[in-house]
Amino acid sequence: MSLAIDARGIAKRFRSTEVLRDLDLAVEAGTVFGLLGPNGAGKTTTINILTTLVRPDAGTAVVAGADVRTDPDAVRARISLTGQSAAVDEVLTARENLLMLARLSGLRRRAAASRCDELLERFDLADAAGRRVGTYSGGMRRRLDLALSLVVPTPVVFLDEPTTGLDARSRQELWRIIREVADGGATVFLTTQYLEEADRLADRIAVLDRGRIAAEGTPSDLKAQVGGAVVELRGADDALLAELPTDGSVHALRTAVDELDRLPASAVAGAHVAIRRPSLDDVFLAITARPTEPSGAPLIGTKG
Amino acid sequence: MTTTAAVAVRGRPSGPTAEIVFIRRSLTHSLRDTEALLMAVILPTMLMLLFTYVFGGALDPTGGYVDYVVPGIILLCAGFGASSTALYVSRDMTTGIIDRFRTMPLRASAVLTGHVVASVLRNLVATGVVIGVAIAVGFRPTASPVEWLAAVGLVALYILAITTLFAAIGLAASSPEAASAYGFILLFLPYLSSAFVPVETLPAWLAWFAEHQPITPVIEAIRSLLMDTPAGEASWWAIGWCILVIAVAAVWGSWLFRHRAGRD
Repeated sequence: MSLAIDARGIAKRFRSTEVLRDLDLAVEAGTVFGLLGPNGAGKTTTINILTTLVRPDAGTAVVAGADVRTDPDAVRARISLTGQSAAVDEVLTARENLLMLARLSGLRRRAAASRCDELLERFDLADAAGRRVGTYSGGMRRRLDLALSLVVPTPVVFLDEPTTGLDARSRQELWRIIREVADGGATVFLTTQYLEEADRLADRIAVLDRGRIAAEGTPSDLKAQVGGAVVELRGADDALLAELPTDGSVHALRTAVDELDRLPASAVAGAHVAIRRPSLDDVFLAITARPTEPSGAPLIGTKG
Repeated sequence: MTTTAAVAVRGRPSGPTAEIVFIRRSLTHSLRDTEALLMAVILPTMLMLLFTYVFGGALDPTGGYVDYVVPGIILLCAGFGASSTALYVSRDMTTGIIDRFRTMPLRASAVLTGHVVASVLRNLVATGVVIGVAIAVGFRPTASPVEWLAAVGLVALYILAITTLFAAIGLAASSPEAASAYGFILLFLPYLSSAFVPVETLPAWLAWFAEHQPITPVIEAIRSLLMDTPAGEASWWAIGWCILVIAVAAVWGSWLFRHRAGRD
């Protein structure tokens, strides 16, 4: 299998902050790769380096067969980027946005116009095509943003937190489109804070923590890493009171229950214990040792 | 080009295609910015009427003030019109659209060329409005066609200079709001020149500043072309100042453009 992205020993610091240190990434062509990490882990910097926006201080990165440092234009011809903030022109209409991008991508007038119609149709924007983008909802803006990235179906597609801030329906729609892009043969590199998103879309996942890859594998590989099961204590109203990853053995289960027993009696009145398979959230917690949802249940222990 | 099935390599826009696309984009922006467009017509009209009918009588009881003040109002309006370039550039730099252009195989700086060229065209039209209103209220220039051409050329050079400077300010500013605020200082310069009153009438320290700042020679040069007043060395100073401003702003701007890439 050939590699669409091959990054080795990438390091980057901004003034006194070390954002990335000795980062290695290998993404096989035609797959969906999810880069997970808490805020500030270096996800956007990684994307910025791979898309030629930022030069790494050290290391090499080959994207779609070209080196980002020595041949950035060859990389640019083979990638598209959908950044964190919607990179759309709000004063122009959706059609004008698409036409502009098509012309800037070297398409001739007629080819640009037909490509434009096709994308408006596919992204369900045909009805709003003549309206200024400034009047669009967040979901429509994101769809246009992605459509702009696909004016030329480049071999590698970068998506930086593509569904952040979207409602559930828009998110589902974007997932469907991203899946389609991947099925079309492109390599998709996406960053996300949503573990469900990575679980649903990615063939392989890497967890970025404090500037380096803390774990990498398929979603099921990663889940297997944290052990067989999670013991949860849920209150009478089904609210999660506590959870403990275990390896699934009877001994571990007993230890977990003993630990839950130590909680104040008032807190566990009417509570019940349940066992479930680990989710990516558990993986994430175990790897980064920091909760993803600060408002969540009290964490009484994590397995290293 | 077919639909989803295959992947393709992005082409590079040929020749000046990128520049043309961005100039069109910026012109569309100008035409859709209703407030700015309205101001571009209202401001020169108001200033013209104000200086001719309100201040004009006191400044020159013979009624000839309109002939004196036109070059100043042209520059004032051009400066005002060009200041929106700072806002547009800053908006592009802060919204993420610039990152899309930078990750494509094209001269991303063409987006700045688009803003600058659109500003020059827009403000030449505004200059036309100023001259139209001026003639309606009694402005009677004595210029020959060649002098007219030279005057318009000098105004265009001035607009180019101040636009380039505003574009650089737009690159330097941290937000579109900040860009507007910085630009305001520049808009004040014409008042401290020979635009509205002869420099000799100013207190000595201010007269020194007014005589040596770039706006005065530009105004004197335009005035001499339109009204046949003696230009002296003003024309050369005017051209020199404009070229110097363009050069400094272009170097500063391109440095900023490169260094503000992909801030995290």
